[in-house]
Amino acid sequence: MDQTNKYTHTSYLENEGRFKGILSWLLSTDHKRIGLLYMNTIIVFFLVAAVLGLLMRIEKMAPGADIMDAQTYNGVFTIHGIIMIFIIVIPGLAAVFGNFFLPIMIGAKDVAFPKLNLLSWYIYVIGAIMGVLSQFVGGGAPDTGWTFYVPYSAESATNVLFALTAAFILGFSSILTGLNFIVTIHRMRAPGMGWFKMPLFPWSLYATAWIQVLATPIIGITLLLVIAERTLNIGFFDPALGGDPLLFQHLFWIYSHPAVYVMILPAMGVVTEIFPTFSQKPVFGYTAIAISSLAIALVGYFVWGHHMFTSGISYWSRWFFSFLTFIVAVPSAIKVFNWVSTMYGGSIDLKPPLLYAISFIFLFMIGGFTGLALGSLATNVHLHDTSFVVAHFHYIIFGGMGFAFFAGIHYWFPKMYGRMYNIKLANIAWGILFVGFNVLYFPLFIIGLQGMPRRYFDYLPQFETGHFVSSIGAFILFAGLILMLYNLVRSRRKGPWATANPWKGVTLEWQIESPPTHENFETIPEIKHPPYLFKKEND
Amino acid sequence: MAETTIQQHQGEHEAGKLGMWIFLFTELFLFGGLFLVYAVLRATYSADFHRGAEELDAFVGTLNTVILLISSMTVAMSITAIRRKESGKALLLLVTTILLAGLFMVNKYFEWSHKLELKIYPGSPVLENMERGELLFFGLYYMTTGLHALHVLIGMILLTITAAKVRSKQITSESYLLLENGALYWHLVDLIWIFLFPLLYLVT
Repeated sequence: MDQTNKYTHTSYLENEGRFKGILSWLLSTDHKRIGLLYMNTIIVFFLVAAVLGLLMRIEKMAPGADIMDAQTYNGVFTIHGIIMIFIIVIPGLAAVFGNFFLPIMIGAKDVAFPKLNLLSWYIYVIGAIMGVLSQFVGGGAPDTGWTFYVPYSAESATNVLFALTAAFILGFSSILTGLNFIVTIHRMRAPGMGWFKMPLFPWSLYATAWIQVLATPIIGITLLLVIAERTLNIGFFDPALGGDPLLFQHLFWIYSHPAVYVMILPAMGVVTEIFPTFSQKPVFGYTAIAISSLAIALVGYFVWGHHMFTSGISYWSRWFFSFLTFIVAVPSAIKVFNWVSTMYGGSIDLKPPLLYAISFIFLFMIGGFTGLALGSLATNVHLHDTSFVVAHFHYIIFGGMGFAFFAGIHYWFPKMYGRMYNIKLANIAWGILFVGFNVLYFPLFIIGLQGMPRRYFDYLPQFETGHFVSSIGAFILFAGLILMLYNLVRSRRKGPWATANPWKGVTLEWQIESPPTHENFETIPEIKHPPYLFKKEND
Repeated sequence: MAETTIQQHQGEHEAGKLGMWIFLFTELFLFGGLFLVYAVLRATYSADFHRGAEELDAFVGTLNTVILLISSMTVAMSITAIRRKESGKALLLLVTTILLAGLFMVNKYFEWSHKLELKIYPGSPVLENMERGELLFFGLYYMTTGLHALHVLIGMILLTITAAKVRSKQITSESYLLLENGALYWHLVDLIWIFLFPLLYLVT
């Protein structure tokens, strides 16, 4: 299959179907095209939110109000959070790579409900647009933070209503995607692919989908109740009317903590695909990785209280939630152990996807260990609501999920577009990103320990060095992002043609043409082997 | 070849049903959040909830429960009828279900407008002067029955579309996924009411 010239088949990029031009994308029910729709939307919003993040860092470069006042800063960190969480990382990997590769990796021609799949993209776009609109209409940009804590979110004069509705609508989209994936995995696996012959990225999507389906309705009803609180004065969360604000926090985190696993599980799935390919060695502990995804999903459902250690919940519930938080570290550590063991003794090929995947482990572990400091009752009291927390979840969400997204995009790019990016440039961009990331977020751990509170636009003089270094890191990170995106966007049309299997991967997506045809497979493959079976060179 | 198309068809039917069941889970969790709010507030204000429930008309509540239970039966019978290729009977049973749902909504309308006449609605001065727990009870009453009524309306639309397709022979004994899913949805609407009814009307 050595194709050095342009491919000869009709790929999904050319097969327009019933409609032509832009409509062939906007009305396509092809899971690959929908995956790209999600990807492009997400990248646009990611750039917007990243610029907002950069603005916050510029504001904090020196003490005092530099480029914005306190109220603007409140609005900026709120919309930064809403976009990053609800529009980017929650759909993120599942909607982009899940849509594109789940059917291919299980040997199917599409997801179970292609029309529903397109509908969920439209719902997603409507929600995203509403989120952006909340900035410009009504009483000003919402200033509650993405967590919408009552009673403030019920009272704030800003346009919280739009933001709440946006998050509610985005939840619908998430549910429909999850539902689609569960049915797809149950019903559409190729003949011979038993559950334990399924690659591990689909496994992680399966666990993710269940969280999406079972946790998202809770945030749906909670947001609906806050909307009712604002419009009808219904009082469930308002202490003045006898309601209970802590009840809101419980309901909010019952969803929003599992949502963290909606973000991270597919990320783990992506790197689990990358390690065996670039070590040319079967994944270590296949079953343990598959089961630990489900274990994380299950235990992750019962740890939400660790966001509320300082809000006055009882001693025993704090004890219980802290204990469970430590338990959830176990399946995560199992995965890390398995990834490292997969590389051990393999013939390692240090290409950009593997660089990102390795840095994923590094950053995820820093995020995970600092998570244990936050999950312990005593240290949590000291660290709660400091920039230590900000650093922790950026290490998990950006260092974990973000870097896994970059890993995935560099891994599957030749399959998605049939072209290769500039590897040297990708390596340089990775280096800049990795350095910038750590320079940006690591100082926040230190000043957080020293008492720098989160969500403040100003700070005491003793935190100046830390903030200054962190802001420098933000610029480096941003430069890395631009370089990475430039390389990818340029190579989409101008990169050299890629072969069907440039990394010598063994999962199904590497056995078909690049880019795949509309139907993925000419004939549905019959699966006879476990998914990660590498042939020895002399076989 | 004919055999594979039948198999494919059955596959689609099964996938569609699985999708519907998962969707119903999400609906249960949506209402589950409300039940959680109910549990917490009721534990805090049990005496007020007791008084609040006395204000509700248990007779109308019981009547609506009976109506929904019968409608669940008629929609289930409609599936049996279509399986037996009696699409005329299936259509009749579906229309009966929709009419019963309409009756439920009419009762609900009178019930709500009676409450509004008494000036019991969220934000009203009458309600603000009541005990905190009673205020929250009526908040819950409106939220839960309101959300449920919305589901009744969606169910009615779904069943009307289904009935039209039964009429135009698009739903037959060979292919009745939509009817089955519509009925499943309708059972959910019924099921949620079965929980709402005692929690709101019978806790006196």
